[in-house]
Amino acid sequence: MRALIEELCSVFGPSGDEALIRELIGQHLTELVDEIRTDRLGNLIAVRRPTAGNGDGKRIMLAAHMDEIGVMVTHVDAQGFCRFTTIGGVSTNTLIGSRVQFANGVEGAFGMEGSPLSRERPTPQKLFLDVGAKSKEDAAVQIGDTAVFRSSFGAVGDRLFAANLDDRIGCAILIQTLRELESSPHEILAVFTVQEEVGTRGAATAGYGLEPEVVVAIDVTATGDFPEATPMEVALGKGPAIKIMDRRMIVHPKVRGWLENAAKANDIPYQLEVLEFGTTDASAVQISRAGVPAGTVSIPCRYIHTPSQVADLNDARQAVSLLAHALGGEFA
Amino acid sequence: MDELLEKLSNARGVAGQEGEVRAILREALFEHVDELSVDSIGNLIARKKGSDTARSHRVMLAAHMDEVGGIVMRANSDGTLKFRSVGGLDPRILPGKRVRIGEEKAPGVILRAPHAARSGRRVMPISDLLIDTGGAGGIKPGDMITFESSYEEYGALLKGKSFDDRVGCYMLVELLKGAYPCELVGVFTVQEEIGLRGAGVAAYAVEPDAAVALEGTVADDLPRQQDISPTTELGKGPAISVMDRSAHADRRLVRILAETAAAHDIPWQFKQPGVGGTDVGSIHLARGGVPAVAVAVPCRYIHTPAALMDPADVKNTIRLVSNALSGPLGRPLRAEWSEE
Repeated sequence: MRALIEELCSVFGPSGDEALIRELIGQHLTELVDEIRTDRLGNLIAVRRPTAGNGDGKRIMLAAHMDEIGVMVTHVDAQGFCRFTTIGGVSTNTLIGSRVQFANGVEGAFGMEGSPLSRERPTPQKLFLDVGAKSKEDAAVQIGDTAVFRSSFGAVGDRLFAANLDDRIGCAILIQTLRELESSPHEILAVFTVQEEVGTRGAATAGYGLEPEVVVAIDVTATGDFPEATPMEVALGKGPAIKIMDRRMIVHPKVRGWLENAAKANDIPYQLEVLEFGTTDASAVQISRAGVPAGTVSIPCRYIHTPSQVADLNDARQAVSLLAHALGGEFA
Repeated sequence: MDELLEKLSNARGVAGQEGEVRAILREALFEHVDELSVDSIGNLIARKKGSDTARSHRVMLAAHMDEVGGIVMRANSDGTLKFRSVGGLDPRILPGKRVRIGEEKAPGVILRAPHAARSGRRVMPISDLLIDTGGAGGIKPGDMITFESSYEEYGALLKGKSFDDRVGCYMLVELLKGAYPCELVGVFTVQEEIGLRGAGVAAYAVEPDAAVALEGTVADDLPRQQDISPTTELGKGPAISVMDRSAHADRRLVRILAETAAAHDIPWQFKQPGVGGTDVGSIHLARGGVPAVAVAVPCRYIHTPAALMDPADVKNTIRLVSNALSGPLGRPLRAEWSEE
């Protein structure tokens, strides 16, 4: 599982440019599902038909987003420096000192206009990307090219460090769940979505196209377990979090109950999550067509949307166990 | 440049009150298309069958009929009006501007409310501005307010109050006169300036296989700035959007437009990514998703009474989209998602 997370975290895929990560995930799925397709916005949809029960299972959509936050080049100046705009919720405070990588492997470092000793807060207008070019002609990138934040994948014990655990850890959990799930009465629609970070756009169209009867997103969530954190009852290492509410969704009580019962029945540790900011793909599917009962299995993650996100491998393993047990049984 | 463009630019229509623009377009279109209809929210939808009847491929082109302006909130007894903006107006440019109000086109001028003028602030929010009508009668809450400004040739450029997006409407009429292999659905949308509202319901009904929004967009090429991102520049051809606040363009469509431009020697530019939004924002999320892109004519001083654009950019945008429709845009998109 750790190797799978690391592999998924190593591949390029900012919102709108998910081709490479889609290809890699597709390779992992071939032996696991009955059908794989890519829809019109680029969502990767893997379908596993029911393997148990007497046809009374549900059509259950599981969504993990492939895309990650990043930057896009808006201008290359005569000296080869790039101006940029952000993709998704990038905090300007995290930029100085970060490294980005383009699809073609070109690296970028952030610089700021003016004195290097300036104590000024960086604003996006004053920042630029140095892509190692000597001039505009020499630059290996152009307007519209995208880049992602990269820092080396690391681990201390079971604590994982990466720039994009949001949401590659969710993608890994979804793949691993399909591996471990032996039989299910449900039709499982495993969707690796695009453009979550810019407004849950891929999930909205996938939800319309698939018409699921239940949807569960697998995504990271914030924690309250570090110094002076905003109070929040979610911590690393205490198991996956079953969402109750976030900014755009109140979880359907049946979905929450189904997940909680699976955890209790199988002695899987879990936490309950109330998130005061942010949302997941489940919120877009919840209001698709005539509405879909929706829930989310969250992985506690510190420093989300920074180049050094930290999560606990055991939470991911237990999320797989929770999902596999829930999907193996009836929905009720 | 053209009588139709002049008529469209001078016509008045803020979001929700696009009737005058719609009437001009119906008149201009009826003999060129197979079917003309108005949907429940007010979008004008023009359908034209394709010549390739063997393959089904439906392309939607969208241009919005509404322009930015204001709406009367209250008519005061002293002949002044309290108003709000409909769409994005920059309060810095408003005081002293002449406007036309309601269906009777009553004249007015925007002024600072006296209490606000004493506040010492240099820029008044719209809530601190009023309109002096000189005591014109018959003005009611809900009447629309548009800039007083006529279309004119302006040096080598064209000036008008509402090229955003009447230039898109004009180009769409011209494009609907052509014949293409694909089925073409031209949608003249309502309520773009207040949240891309018309285009979303139109795309749901039309169910296109691909879509292109035709726009007038921000140009900030004068005065010459530090070597940083210009949004777009006049005279450098159609501006293609890769990403803005409302959508990521379908990369296959961006490539089709860029390759078409190269093949036909049409100048083009990228619009600065990350700024603005277009009808693509709601079109691409319709139903199961629609591959879409926006292409725009650069306009200086957009959302003011005096937007300036280069007629060459208008011609080149029409040429680009027309050639693309006759070529790869008029055929089904390749299904695979290879980025090459």
